[in-house]
Amino acid sequence: MSTDSPDTRPDSLLGRVWESIKRHDLPPQDDRARMRAVMSNLLLHLHPAKVAKPAIRFNYTFGLGGLALLLLSILAGTGVLLLFVYTPSPESAYNDMLALQTEIWFGQLIRNLHHWSGNLLVVVAFLHMLRVFYTGGFRSPREFNWVIGLSLLLLVAAANFTGYLLPWDQLAYWAVTVGSSLLGYVPVVGDWLGRLVLGGPEVGAATLTNFYALHIAVIPLVMAGIAGFHIWRVRKDGLTVPRRLDEPPDRKIERVTTWPHLLGREIVFALIVIGLLLFWSSWVDAPLEGAADPDHSPNPAKAAWYFMGLQELLLHFHPVFGAIVIPGLALVALAVLPYLRFDIDAEGIWFRSRRGRGVAIFGMLVGLIATPAFVLLDEYVIDLPSLLPSLPTIISNGWVPLAAILLLLIGYYDMVRRLFGATACEARMSLFTLLLTSFVVLTLIGIFFRGEGMALVVPF
Amino acid sequence: MSESKKITRRDFLKIAWGAAGALALLEAGGIVLKFLSPKAAEGEFGGVFTVGNVEDFPPGSVTPFNAGRFYLVRLADGGFLALYRKCTHLGCAVPWDQTSGRFVCPCHGSEFEPDGMVLNPPAPRPLDRFPVIIEDGVVKVDTGTIIQRDRTGPDDIVYP
Ligand code: HEM
Ligand code: FES
Repeated sequence: MSTDSPDTRPDSLLGRVWESIKRHDLPPQDDRARMRAVMSNLLLHLHPAKVAKPAIRFNYTFGLGGLALLLLSILAGTGVLLLFVYTPSPESAYNDMLALQTEIWFGQLIRNLHHWSGNLLVVVAFLHMLRVFYTGGFRSPREFNWVIGLSLLLLVAAANFTGYLLPWDQLAYWAVTVGSSLLGYVPVVGDWLGRLVLGGPEVGAATLTNFYALHIAVIPLVMAGIAGFHIWRVRKDGLTVPRRLDEPPDRKIERVTTWPHLLGREIVFALIVIGLLLFWSSWVDAPLEGAADPDHSPNPAKAAWYFMGLQELLLHFHPVFGAIVIPGLALVALAVLPYLRFDIDAEGIWFRSRRGRGVAIFGMLVGLIATPAFVLLDEYVIDLPSLLPSLPTIISNGWVPLAAILLLLIGYYDMVRRLFGATACEARMSLFTLLLTSFVVLTLIGIFFRGEGMALVVPF
Repeated sequence: MSESKKITRRDFLKIAWGAAGALALLEAGGIVLKFLSPKAAEGEFGGVFTVGNVEDFPPGSVTPFNAGRFYLVRLADGGFLALYRKCTHLGCAVPWDQTSGRFVCPCHGSEFEPDGMVLNPPAPRPLDRFPVIIEDGVVKVDTGTIIQRDRTGPDDIVYP
């Protein structure tokens, strides 16, 4: 039988095994083979066979989405290693961290890598969102993928928050105490919700068990599923194509094969990032303070740095507003952004248009000046609760300042439209920039300018 | 009765299946929530503490009980009060400051009177309290029941 159907596979056994794995000529010799290689490989087929040449320009996406994926995989790898030395109980957690840093080979390095990748992911996911916003990458048909992206951003925050508790040091214990107390201010179900998350009235053994399960199983699994869906959508819709200010949308776009044009860049970029991350993690240790002491809160007891903006809001508003109403409004506003009507065609153009660039800078300047001014005014001059002593603080320090700020923002929007003759899209972007700047400024104030008892201090 | 208003057998089955599916989901959700709900607090905190005799606590004193997370306060008029030490703002452990005669929270500067009343925001309400039981001159505190209050009042205080 074998004599009249000759076997075309390689002669050696090893050769046949190798061929059965790769299935195609490697490396592929012509464009057709390169496209086939991309399509038929499980990992590579996340990419299309060909991509628009302008879309792979580094200064369009800055590789941020891909970088987020890379960080997710580094986090998964280092996280699994950490599981081997960590026990989630108040008696052993902190000692495990000490042992990890002093007795386990490369323990400190693995912890550092996990810590810094997690922190970097917050920044990267946020910047990626800004990139998508400022290039109009969320326009139809990509609206829903923007919403998916938002949920990924929330999951990244949740992963960081739950992971923050695990070392069980003072930093962890009190940041999580303060952070989870915010849940108590959710109307009606707040107390129940807080108890459910903490597993009791205070942060304790049950909290550690809950956070551990969330951090190592629930959040990563959900995130992997949603991130897969996010990428699949990008793959189906294609990436938006960058345009210069004067380029029409229906121009002829050159397309190149993904292999090697996009793949090459991705690999080089990933290697550079891995290198930098290794270097940084070899020199800068993740913080670890004294063991958690439920009897003594440190002064000041600060949240993790990415929650400092929220913490700063809390110092100015009634907690229901600082922790729930304002962040809730911001999230809803972000989620509906892509569903608002677009009145200019700007997909792929950084900052929408020439005027758009102007009003974005204007928004940034206003935010840079107004935010510190408001913080100082509220700290030293205005005391709404004592100006309006007959009202409960939820009104005098909640509804009243929120209404005032919303009115100012509406006034700002109107002014940008009149003063600069901006379109709705441009004015909206200017407003977004103003609020973004405020958020960043509040975060910086929280990190650098808040000292003992959360009083304003000058750090230098 | 118009023709379209009639529910066909097919419609009925669709609705029934849908309802059964929704019910199953609800049940699954309920099971998960119930499974995850906090277990009764074991060990010291959450139980009843026998803290001592009435005479052990002079009027105008504040005595911390770390294991029970509370302060036993005896006011100047001899009344007893057990205050949960968790700040009502964002949950920090509030230390007693003997020199100022107040509770001063290190986290965001809330200050409270010995009876838990807010002297200084951001705390939105007085310190929570636990029931104090005095039987035959012995003082007990039930840390299983956290009592939240919007204002302090004479009902909070127990006299021997
Ligand atoms: C863990 C977090 C995330 C991962 C791993 C991720 C991954 C990616 C990747 C690989 C791309 C391809 C293009 C690029 O690199 O820019 C992409 C595009 C996109 N992402 Fe994300 N992303 C994340 C979070 C977000 C967030 C927070 C948002 C917005 C709220 C978002 C919205 C979008 C949209 C709308 C696109 C299409 C953009 C276009 O076609 O120009 N993503 N994402
Ligand atoms: S937690 Fe006590 S003042 Fe904020």
